[in-house]
Amino acid sequence: MSKYIKDRTSQIVTIGEDQHDLACEKKSAAGSVSQRACVFCGSRVVLYPIADALHIVHGPIGCAAYTWDIRGAMSSGPQLHRLSFSTDLREKDVVFGGEKKLYNALTELIASYKPEAVFIYSTCIVGVIGDDVEAVARQLKKETGVEVLPVMSEGFKGTKKDGYKAACDALMNLVGTDEDYVPPKYSINILGDFNLAGELWILAEYYKKIGVEIIACLTGDGRVQQVRRSHKASLNVVQCSGSMMHVAKEMESQYGIPFKKVSYFGIEDMSDALYEVATHFNDPELMANARALVSEELAILIPALQPYREKLEGKKAAIYVGGAFKAISLVKALRLLGMKTVVVGSQTGNKDDYNLLQKICDKGTVIVDDSNPNELSDFVKQTGADLFIGGVKERPIAYKLGLGFCDHNHERKEALAGYIGMLNFAKEVYASVCSPVWKFIDKK
Amino acid sequence: MADKIPVLKERKNFVATRNACKVCSPLGGSIAYKGIKGCVPVIHGGQGCATYIRRYLISHYKEPVDIASSNFSEESTIFGGEGNLSAAIQNVIAQYKPEVVGVCTTCLSETIGDDIGQALRNYKAANADDKSIPEFVYSSTPSYQGSHMDGFHETVAAITKTFATKVEANEKVAIFPGFISTEDLRMLKDILTDFGIDYIMVPDYSETLDNPVWDTYHRIPDGGTPVEDLKLLGGAKASIEFGPILNKGNLVGRLKNKNLAVTGAEYLSKEFGVKKYTVNVPVGITQSDELFKALSEISGNEVPMRYQMERGRLIDAYADGHKYVFGKKAVVYGEEDLVVAMTGFLDEIGVEVILAASGGNSGTLQPEIEKCAPTHGKTIQVMGDLDYEKINELCIDMKPDFLVGNSKGYYIARELEIPIIRVGFPIHDRMGGSRLKHIAYKGAQELFDKIGNAMMEYKQEHSEIGYKYI
Repeated sequence: MSKYIKDRTSQIVTIGEDQHDLACEKKSAAGSVSQRACVFCGSRVVLYPIADALHIVHGPIGCAAYTWDIRGAMSSGPQLHRLSFSTDLREKDVVFGGEKKLYNALTELIASYKPEAVFIYSTCIVGVIGDDVEAVARQLKKETGVEVLPVMSEGFKGTKKDGYKAACDALMNLVGTDEDYVPPKYSINILGDFNLAGELWILAEYYKKIGVEIIACLTGDGRVQQVRRSHKASLNVVQCSGSMMHVAKEMESQYGIPFKKVSYFGIEDMSDALYEVATHFNDPELMANARALVSEELAILIPALQPYREKLEGKKAAIYVGGAFKAISLVKALRLLGMKTVVVGSQTGNKDDYNLLQKICDKGTVIVDDSNPNELSDFVKQTGADLFIGGVKERPIAYKLGLGFCDHNHERKEALAGYIGMLNFAKEVYASVCSPVWKFIDKK
Repeated sequence: MADKIPVLKERKNFVATRNACKVCSPLGGSIAYKGIKGCVPVIHGGQGCATYIRRYLISHYKEPVDIASSNFSEESTIFGGEGNLSAAIQNVIAQYKPEVVGVCTTCLSETIGDDIGQALRNYKAANADDKSIPEFVYSSTPSYQGSHMDGFHETVAAITKTFATKVEANEKVAIFPGFISTEDLRMLKDILTDFGIDYIMVPDYSETLDNPVWDTYHRIPDGGTPVEDLKLLGGAKASIEFGPILNKGNLVGRLKNKNLAVTGAEYLSKEFGVKKYTVNVPVGITQSDELFKALSEISGNEVPMRYQMERGRLIDAYADGHKYVFGKKAVVYGEEDLVVAMTGFLDEIGVEVILAASGGNSGTLQPEIEKCAPTHGKTIQVMGDLDYEKINELCIDMKPDFLVGNSKGYYIARELEIPIIRVGFPIHDRMGGSRLKHIAYKGAQELFDKIGNAMMEYKQEHSEIGYKYI
């Protein structure tokens, strides 16, 4: 492993060859070309889908420019979240302080855009020059009556995961501020779905069919009012646990709402998600509805998958995604298509998830935490992968080396959750892996 | 049915930037470093800067773009980032074996006052025995100063200042092409070769950011200008730089180094007496003629027949298509030098540019637009330091027939239901951003066809009769 950075060898395990536990939840090594972004990124991706809030990035322009309208997170109504606001700090602001500019900027924006709430994201520079963002937020709230929420997301203060927590902290200031709402009999919140390519709407349809209503989704197709009343739900159903676990735990301790960790990718995990919710409410009718829905969906899906499975049987896949929990679902979903996972890794996975991955993957599979282009390209070459599942930063690695690619990150435009999502996934994998163009690439 | 993206009815200037028409300085710096052979850029700041910039560039170039980060922590922010920078350099050397490491600063490292020059000297001193130590360059590229173009040109200047020394006079011509597409760079190299000109291009990312497929992963992509060539810059017989604006403007909000801003070509001229030719980015006939004139003068050779033919065919196309574009109103936006070049081109084909807009803020856009557009130059509304929402509101009021600019203005064209001619950077919603041709007669030919065809398509689509002849 000498061709990799020395400090990183503990974060790479080949099943059946290496004996050490996979190290994770570490800071990225300087100069490693990590695929991770920063604290700000973690906060920005989590809160971005709240569509009737005004999101302003307090700092020089880069942070706002790079996160303008980047997620495939859809809104059924307002689109205010798709505008990118920034204080665009200049040198003189950095020298003399940016509080006044932030205050003036927001006074105007609140008057013109009339948002339901405002999120102010602090960037690196704000942490250094010492702007009191919380004081500005309090002042603005007092003057305008609009909830103004600071997000303490200075980029250098940890990893992307710390950014998730900063976002959760900001959200918890909204949760529980609507006491008048009367919840329906069986109600849940969906945590950690971002309505990428309209996925939430697929899930909402399923839950409605089994007799459960969603009060709030944090944060897909999100609305401020829904977050305010989310503490009235009986159960939190958490996906993308890396980003939203903090809210789930806080809501459990503050409001006594239990939570369940689920995933909506692949048949097994999607069905388990419905059964778990039905089980929680302990109503035989809900369970019967869930069973009926699952068998109805599978009766359509299984035969529809068959032609893709025939083409994909025996092909090998590499997975590198944000969190390892999703990777577990993907390994299972690929298996359903007859495919084997030979490389699997994530930016911010935790010990439990990696342990489970080691259990469910085969001998010879490489498991990696916080990887980089050099390692990933070596792994896919050495394992002979036919497909790479990742995000924008992994795509050129796959294409340069002649592999198929499936975007499973937050920019995706194809819905991959739910039963229909499984079929879309199969179609996308097939379209890429079985394209005739790869024959022109000489793979040594 | 989902709502539309909100647009205000009122017209006012906001303190906040709404949808920035620029990105930040280290992005430009990183592209410039990608144009040196064997160079790995290191961004000295938080992890996010490098990752966001990589993502942004990958979406345009559709290529692996490796940029390292020194990955600041809370500790480095308080006690200084030298330790992180040296660890980053060490890991980059171990992984990439680079010939050059190019360091960009960020708002964070600049604000805490890290001295990069000293840090690099310390690194070299501590590793004096190590033969594998690469060359180092660094540029000051804080996000709070200017835009990605300022970062680009500051870095080009830093590369020049670092490597150019007093050497014997040589026959090479220093070319500073500015920020043009990889296809433009390749066309330019062909032109230079056809003139028999031996050149040093700063930077040349025509291959590094647009590689063929690979059988094995190349840790550093092939291509780029070698350091040996950069070291000959001081003896060059002439230099040509594209763009009258570059990083020469007085950046609003800039407190220090106001007079230090100097371009690569200016430095060569001041330090070594290298004769400098400045031309606009050569888009269209008038502006391309300037380039070809300079190349003839420098090489002593006539314009090769190939380009005379291309020019002739382009004029022929102008004649064939002039009516479709004449009097159409266009809004042009993007980097300042690109806006000047595009406006000059549109003016010469009879399009009326009604708004020339940029997120850049040199303060010199207005006079340059007046110079490049003899027909409409005086009436064009010219605005710097603009954002896309302001451009959107102006477009709603001014009702252009089409837009000319990068992908980020798509949402404006979509709402107005008018064509957008995609040029420059970034092209995030189409294939082939790196293969777009803008410069010389061939680039103008492609642009003219695109604009003419867009006007014809618009007419065809909005006509009650499905004309097959137009």
